[in-house]
Amino acid sequence: MLLIYCPYCEEERSELEFRHGGDAHIARPTNIADITDEEFEAFFFLRDNPKGLIFERWRHVHGCGRFFNAARDTVSDKFFASYKAGEPKPDLPGISPATEKTVETYEATEGTAK
Amino acid sequence: MAEQALRKAPLGGFHGGSAAAHVTAAGPATRLSLRAGADAVSALSKALGLDLPQKPKTSASANGRHALWLGPDEWLLIDENEADLAALAAKADALHSAVDVSHRNTAVLVAGARAAEAIASASPHDLSPKVFPVGACARTVFGKIEVVIFRTGEQEYRVECWRSFAPYAFALLAEGAEDAGL
Repeated sequence: MLLIYCPYCEEERSELEFRHGGDAHIARPTNIADITDEEFEAFFFLRDNPKGLIFERWRHVHGCGRFFNAARDTVSDKFFASYKAGEPKPDLPGISPATEKTVETYEATEGTAK
Repeated sequence: MAEQALRKAPLGGFHGGSAAAHVTAAGPATRLSLRAGADAVSALSKALGLDLPQKPKTSASANGRHALWLGPDEWLLIDENEADLAALAAKADALHSAVDVSHRNTAVLVAGARAAEAIASASPHDLSPKVFPVGACARTVFGKIEVVIFRTGEQEYRVECWRSFAPYAFALLAEGAEDAGL
């Protein structure tokens, strides 16, 4: 079971207590009524969906109930860091996002299975 | 024809468990869901007669009244003497939200040498004494439901759940207690 560190409860808790909340650090335009449809689309709908390091919102819904942010690797599912909502993106020195070679993919393990 | 409606205990008549972990329904209690900012904590603590805990997973108890930390601005108050907690909180001259949840919740008491194992049968929460000492409390999941686990003694736990989930929680705890007693 995946353990996720909650910065409010100050300990690692089971993934069953958490819910994913989409990308973090998306700034809502202050002039929301003035922006064009294209600008609104970019703010509201378009996400990078990167392979590797991503900053996301998570909610400790069955614990303290708080939203917080976490840096996660989308390939290996490893959580690098989690931090309170409102805090800036942390520096993550020495963290290189996983590549296809560092995890067991279906193709690598079962690709030739008959 | 009955002149008045009778309030039935949600777990009346339930019994279960094993010699290693007794599972019993807790008696009636009043409960309060309290939310307040840091600036209101001292006034509310004074009004309620116990210091609202500020550290994660801690609780405060005095004369059958317990204050459980659930989140940075959220507490669950339980009074086993059935005092009117909402009225007490209202005496505090500070901005807060207090909702009486006495009849939303009910509790199951688990006690015995293997009480922790009975709860751990369906909960991922770490109940080892090092991280969950006497007085510790946490909102977590138990099977498919959300519960608040409160360690009231070395071998005693109070599992608070919503009333409508009480038969499920009780049955699962009784099952866990039987397995723990094998």
